This record gives sequence, C-alpha cells and structure tokens, in this order.
Amino acid sequence: MSTPSSNSMNRLSHTVGKYRLPIKPTSLFVLVLFTATLLASMANLWVPADSAFHVSTYTITLLGKYLCFAMLAMAVDVVWGYCGILSLGHGAFFALGGYGMGMYLMRQIGDRGVYGNPELPDFMVFLDWAELPWYWLGMDNFGFALLMALAVPGLLAFVFGWLAFRSKVTGVYLSIMTQALTYALMLAFFRNEMGFGGNNGLTDFKEILGFDLQADSTRVSLFVITAVMLALGYVVSQFIMNSRMGRVVLAIRDGEPRTRFLGYRSERYKVWLFVYSALLAAVAGALYVPQVGIINPGEFSPLNSIEVVVWVAVGGRGTLYGAVIGALLVNYAKSRFSVVMPEGWIFALGALFVWVTLFLPKGLAGWAQDKFFKTEEHPSEDEPLSSDMDTPISHSAKGAS
Amino acid sequence: MSFLNDALETTRETMRRDQVWPMLMPDVQVNVDKDVILYVEGVSVSFDGFKALNDLNLYVNDGELRCLIGANGAGKTTMMDVITGKTQPDQGSVYFGQTLDLLSRSEPEIAQLGIGRKFQQPTVFAEQSVFTNLELSLKTNQGVWSSLTARLSSEESDRIDTVLHTIGLKGQRNLLAGALSHGQKQWLEIGMLLVSQPRLLLIDEPVAGMTAEEGERTGELLQQLAGEHTVIVVEHDMEFVRSIARTVTVLHQGSVLAEGSMDEVQNNPDVIEVYLGSEE
Repeated sequence: MSTPSSNSMNRLSHTVGKYRLPIKPTSLFVLVLFTATLLASMANLWVPADSAFHVSTYTITLLGKYLCFAMLAMAVDVVWGYCGILSLGHGAFFALGGYGMGMYLMRQIGDRGVYGNPELPDFMVFLDWAELPWYWLGMDNFGFALLMALAVPGLLAFVFGWLAFRSKVTGVYLSIMTQALTYALMLAFFRNEMGFGGNNGLTDFKEILGFDLQADSTRVSLFVITAVMLALGYVVSQFIMNSRMGRVVLAIRDGEPRTRFLGYRSERYKVWLFVYSALLAAVAGALYVPQVGIINPGEFSPLNSIEVVVWVAVGGRGTLYGAVIGALLVNYAKSRFSVVMPEGWIFALGALFVWVTLFLPKGLAGWAQDKFFKTEEHPSEDEPLSSDMDTPISHSAKGAS
Repeated sequence: MSFLNDALETTRETMRRDQVWPMLMPDVQVNVDKDVILYVEGVSVSFDGFKALNDLNLYVNDGELRCLIGANGAGKTTMMDVITGKTQPDQGSVYFGQTLDLLSRSEPEIAQLGIGRKFQQPTVFAEQSVFTNLELSLKTNQGVWSSLTARLSSEESDRIDTVLHTIGLKGQRNLLAGALSHGQKQWLEIGMLLVSQPRLLLIDEPVAGMTAEEGERTGELLQQLAGEHTVIVVEHDMEFVRSIARTVTVLHQGSVLAEGSMDEVQNNPDVIEVYLGSEE
C-alpha cells in the first residue's frame, strides 16, 4: 500500500501520472538539469567559437551563478514554503559559505599578490599586519576551508534557531530578526579590523586546487559541479519532504499549536530544518565565489536576502522546482534588464513582487499546476474507491459499532 | 560532627543499591493506584485581573466519562489549557495519576504522556490528506531523526484503517482534510484522538455543527471509549450531555459549583439559579 502524501510535488506526480508521463518529477528535474548542463558544457568546450552553437565562457559562468542562486532559493523555500518560516536573512548563510571559500582562494594566491607576501593576503599587508589572525589558520587547506564554510553558517543557524524557536518567536518578528542578523553581519564585515578585507572583500583569486580559475575547463567544471550539487540538494530536500518529517513540517506550517498537542516538539523540527536550509545556502555561497571571483560584505545586505524571497514567490513556494525556476527566471530577467536600464531593475523587481502576490499567489508552479494538472480533491486512482464512499457517514459508522 | 554524620547519612540514602535514581527511571507510567487519574487542585488563573479559574478543584477517576458544563466564561477552556500545558496557572497543582506533575511539562511532553485534546473549532491539517492527518497522530517516537526514517508498520496502517472505518471516512482516505465538511472534520479530529490511543481525552464541544444523527453516533462512540480511556467532555448541548453523562461537573466563574449525576445537578438549587434557571 502506498503511503499517500499530499505535498504538492506528489500531487503533481499523481496527475502527471494521469497524463502518462513515464517519469517521476524528481527524476525529470535531474534529467533536465543534467542534459542542459551537459549540452552547455560541450557547446563551450568542443564547438568552435565562431559557430552559432558555441556557448561563451561568460555564459557558462553566468549559468553557474544562476544555479547557485537556484540553490539559495531552494534553501529559502525549504523553510518558507514548507515550514512557514519567512527568513529575510538567508543571504547571511550564503555569504558566510562564500567567505569560507574566499579565504581558501585568498591563501592560494600566495606570493602572486600585488605585495608579493607569501603568507599574508594583500589587504593585510596594506593594513600593516604582522601575521595571520588565528581564524585564518588552516584555511589554506581545501578540506578544512570547506568544513568551515559549512560549519560556521550551520552553527550560526543552530544557535539563532534554537534561541528564536525555543522562545516561540514566529511570523514577522522572526523575519525582522533574520534581517537584523544579516545586517549586523554586513556591518561587521565592512570593518577592516575584522580581517576579511573590509568593504573590498576577498578577490583577485588565482587558482583552486591548482587549477587556473580563468581557464575554460575550470569554469566548466565548476559549472558542472554546481549542477550536481543542485541536483543533490534537490533530491535530499525531496527526500526530507516526502518523509514523515516533511509531513510534520507541513503540519507545523499549517497549525503549530495543534502539532504540539499531538506530541511533536515543533521547535526541534524547526531548528533542524533551519540548519539544513542554512547548509544548503552555504554550499551555494561556496560554489558562487570561485565562479564570480569576489565576495564582499554587499552579499550580506538585506536587499539580497529579500530578492531571494521574491524569486521563491515568483516560482511558487512549497514546490522545490518552483523555487529553482523562479530563481532562474528572475535572474535572467535581471541580467537582461540591467543591460537596458540598470537603474530601473529595483523598481521592476518591486513591481514583479506586487504583481505575483496579487495575481499568482501560488507562483508560477502553483499556476501551472492549477491550469494544466488540475487535481481534484478526489481519492487518487491507485486507491480504488471503497464501496462505502457513497453511503452517508452515519450509516457506515454504524456498521462499525 | 553531627553535620558530617548527616552528610554521610544523605549519601548513604542516595546511594542505596535497592533503588533507582528518579532521573534514571525508565519510561513514565501513569500511576492510578488510588483510582484517580487527574488531580486539579487549587488552580487559579487570571488574565489581567480577570479570574478565569478561581481555586478550581477537580478529580477525575480512571476510566470515567465526565461531562463539564457551564456558561460562557465559566473557565472550561482555560481548564483544558492548563491541563494540556498551554497556560501556566498562577497557583495550584495538576497531577496526572499519582506522580506526574503536568505543570512542569510542555505541551508535547504532556501529549506524549497520553493526554489527547480535541479543540472546539476542528483543527485538522487542511493541506494534508485524511490518512496523513491520522498518521501524524500515531503514538510513536516523535523525535526529528526518527521521523526522518519512519516507515508505517503494517500494524499502524491497520490501526489507521480501523479508525477510518470507525469514523466513517474510509472513502475519503486520500482526500485533503480541508475539503471535508464541518461534521467530517469533527469526526476526523476524534479519529486523530483514537489513533493516538491516549489515556485521557479532553474533548471540547464534540457535537457542534453535527446533525442530530451524527451527534447520537458521537455520543455512542464516547461511551464506548470510556472505561479503557478516561474521557472529559465539555459541551453546551444539554440534550447531548443528558444522553451520555454519568457524572456531571458544573463550572461557574472559575470554580466547581456542583458535581453529581445529571438529575442531582439539575435539582441543585445553586445550579438552577445560575445556569439552568436562566434557560428553563
């Protein structure tokens, strides 16, 4: 007997089944993602530059960046769409992951910096620092740096979540706190004394694990790795949401007090989901930095985090693929729009958010589901209706007693 | 020297080998040696000076079906809030069995002890199926990690099917709970209680929004439940109370006004004055 689960993804899978789509949505997502990645990579590496099918390295990097954003959007969707925790500060976890990777890349520059100091990054030489601060130690080791890039945001999310959820802070108060968190971090990272390069941040990277960051092959590899991590994040998130934990999380979203009266410690569920989401965001940040070549405190700015929320809202919260599609579409629009009218983007973004809230409250994914895969609230076909379906309640219930 | 002796004595007492330290005691069991499963003693709750509960004393026997009646604001819902851990009283004590102090426990802990609650407004998880609503109510390990890998055992699945049959929602198994009618939601909530197999059920207005026939069925069901479970029902519908009640407690302004069988209560002059008198 199949366990019915009602999250939208499964509802889609039921109905897609009705249309005889011979594939599960998760597999479909991974397949499309990998095919696109593969095609783009091959078109970059093996198609000659003068061909119409050539994909420039610039485009590859841009796509890689979009995929990182898609992953960040997925992280926000996991807490917002599924658990109702509207985080306006997920940029903080993304940026911390990015800084972790940035510190590693900084150390890899070695003596090729402007000042040629083999030990200290340029900005420290400039500030007349005599030696590396303690928190930079070990960051020249890729494994350790990666561990830190995950552990620091994860720990921050745990402490923040534990304090906030245990005290039953919810709704708009929680959103404001997450916003304050990322704002405070931004101010802190702007300070030169913090030892993270102040407002210039970390940049001028040369190589990663010995591979030249400017080389096409490195760029394509990073792009492919990003796609793989996105797929992995998708599959893991889907697994969580399909498990009983996912159903408890939905229950918390729709009625936290009721869930507590059923015996679930909602605060623990929320903390762990929040930590998972922060880790996703951190991975996205760590993949983002080598591709764009810079990380600075601007990534902590509250506006960035709010943009992520808009991506998710546009794509459709509560569906993982919706968040991904939203992130890709809005960022593509941003790239195009910024060329035509750089000043206007912020207004366009605001208008988009208002428009989506008014006319597509369930986002593009919800709209598409309603339009093309209209599921009705009837028992699904794989569970044949029992004969007592049409008999009145009182009748069938009497039979039981 | 005497204080040394005392210390030695205390240590000896603590380290006695024929007993287990309380903190190491295994899973808590409700102790009903005295036949009483719920003690509410001297409980007072006030909201901004308004005394919702005023020195309330209530004892409920194991396996009893108890009806609580009282006018609006008599403190029925507040009392349930106190028992289930939602509201902390200003004073008083609430014990589940002989040993379990409910006031020091949170809502999930109290629920795990086996106290189930049905709200006045049916609160089912509208976005999830009827089946999932019942699955979530199963009394299993409800920790985060175990829920991540939880699989429905065939025994649990059978129990859910039995309950679905009892509440007459078998055909609506995969329907979203939000699509049910009001009466069906009430049934689903009762079903959620049944699946969790609580020792004590607190039921707030079970027949609100039901047809007479459905209400009758609910009454039968509650009477079946009593005995194995202890049931406390809050209800406004006097007909319904009369049909199921064995013992009735009348609350008035936050304390117990009268207690006894329906007839005794109805003939109690105090009750007639403050409650029934205004109706009849």
